[in-house]
Amino acid sequence: MSDTPNTPENGRNSKVVTPARIAAAVCVIVPFAAMFWVASYNRTGPSLGGFPFFYWYQLVWVVITALLMGAAYWLIRYDERGRR
Amino acid sequence: MTHGVHGVELGVLIFFFVLVSGIGFAAARWRQAPLVHLDQWGLGGRGFGGVVTWFLLGGDLYTAYTFIAVPAALFAGGALGFFAVPYTIIVWPLVFVFLPRLWSVSRRHGYVTPADFVRGRHDSRGLSLAVAVTGIIATMPYIALQLVGIQACLDVIGLGGTGSSWLSKDLPLFIAFAVLAAFTYSSGLRAPALIAFVKDTLIYLVVIVAIIYIPTRIAGGWTGIFGAAQHRLTTPSPVTHKAAGSITLSSANVLPYASLALGSAMALFMYPHAQVGVLATKSRTTVRRNIAALSVYSLMLGLIALLGYMAIAEGFTTKSLGGNPQNAVPQLFDKVFPSWFAGVGFAAIAIGALVPAAIMSIAAANLFTRNVWVDFIRPGADAAEQTRIAKIISLLVKLGALIFVLALDRTSAINFQLLGGVLILQTFPAIVFGLYTRYFHRWALLAGWAAGIGYGGIVAFQQTSATQSHFGSQVALIPWTHQKAYIALTAFVLNIVVVVVANLVLRAVRAPAGTDATSPADYLADAGDPQVVPATA
Repeated sequence: MSDTPNTPENGRNSKVVTPARIAAAVCVIVPFAAMFWVASYNRTGPSLGGFPFFYWYQLVWVVITALLMGAAYWLIRYDERGRR
Repeated sequence: MTHGVHGVELGVLIFFFVLVSGIGFAAARWRQAPLVHLDQWGLGGRGFGGVVTWFLLGGDLYTAYTFIAVPAALFAGGALGFFAVPYTIIVWPLVFVFLPRLWSVSRRHGYVTPADFVRGRHDSRGLSLAVAVTGIIATMPYIALQLVGIQACLDVIGLGGTGSSWLSKDLPLFIAFAVLAAFTYSSGLRAPALIAFVKDTLIYLVVIVAIIYIPTRIAGGWTGIFGAAQHRLTTPSPVTHKAAGSITLSSANVLPYASLALGSAMALFMYPHAQVGVLATKSRTTVRRNIAALSVYSLMLGLIALLGYMAIAEGFTTKSLGGNPQNAVPQLFDKVFPSWFAGVGFAAIAIGALVPAAIMSIAAANLFTRNVWVDFIRPGADAAEQTRIAKIISLLVKLGALIFVLALDRTSAINFQLLGGVLILQTFPAIVFGLYTRYFHRWALLAGWAAGIGYGGIVAFQQTSATQSHFGSQVALIPWTHQKAYIALTAFVLNIVVVVVANLVLRAVRAPAGTDATSPADYLADAGDPQVVPATA
């Protein structure tokens, strides 16, 4: 995440790269990687409850992305609290 | 098409329409403040919390047209239309990165529109005007399409479309629009914010019922639905001797699928109506939290998309829909639901049209007022005058959209909306790059914008399809290759190339870069920080 710079003037003189920020960045990047690797899901099997793989897999990623975004929110909040 | 007016469906639709109209007018008194400053009318006082924002943005982005067009795309072309799902998946991580910065700098400096930010950051009225005009032009056909959504429902109910006289044909749409215009004028952004609660409740109800009930009607349930879809889509058409598609992507469609998803995701929050929803929130934290919570709507959209396959399984063909796949969802509701519940479904779509139409007209009005009227016509306009102008413009914008739909056919509205997506993405560098750096010169950004608009506009215009001689497709060959991709994204790449090259030249000749009105700390500010004043009352 690029909430930089943290110069002494604005009172936030902690590190730019923190474990929480790296973890949040991973949460943000993973959905892109999953969705743009179209070959990994462009097939019909295995189906689930009558849904071909192409459809249920992407719908599952909606839920995974929601969880990752929730995690990224908490990580950034945790990180920002440490800065103030 | 069925003939005659469906009384019960119409009655239910009118009931909900009257209900939301009442809410729309009453909204002016919600969190009452004198509606003088443009922040009040145009951004709802910049005080919306998590729940309101969730409904507002959800109601704003997942429009009635989406509920008509996405299933129609699956109905007509198969898996490629499902790009709406990866699109609405990646849009949230994408905007998680930069929207908080846009919120902070806008609140810190009182920017009402992103074009305000572009002007402050790059010190360029020209670049700001380019962003504002692109936003207005991309929004107009989008409003018109919301009317198309209402029209599709009225058609199926038996009003409009088939009526003999001009009056009986278009009167219902006129009434709907007059009411919409009136409550937007009086209540501003507070009206759609409240109506969105009704809209989303209805939509969720209808979608949940549809995905549980319809598969029980079809032999084989979901397996039967996908089987019927695959059979229909892969059967060659007697006219063209080509199959319409498949329930998975052909290898030629992989890049179009990915590029449509990426281009649409990048474009979404460049639309003025999306930005209004973000700037109206009360804190930076609210923005972030909502981005996580808004993903739920994507799940709903994915399920709505499958209504297109259900329509195939229920035996509808393009021919039986009067040649228009856009009628798939309304006709499906009409066929499978008891008439009172079909009425609820139509009300969901029609109200789903009112919310974004109101927000879009407010967003376009804000842009015109701040970045055309104040910047170029009346620099001294005070808060009261800005609000007055914005209210009048919101009426004109809606009137323009109405004329658009009545005078041109609905295909034109769709074409222009596709073009709008190509155009709006070209404002991405000026806004998003600007949130991070002033490395790119204002004139380089303007040159890139012009190149992207020119290329994208021409290529989109040149696309032919079986039924259209222009704007026939959203994807086109990438120059010097045999691979197709989303036109907006190809134009965006050209835009970036021009920005980079022009930037090197302009920096080499030391062209004046203007002064930056913002400071690095502005991009991190949150509500409660000492330098962030509460929204002006």
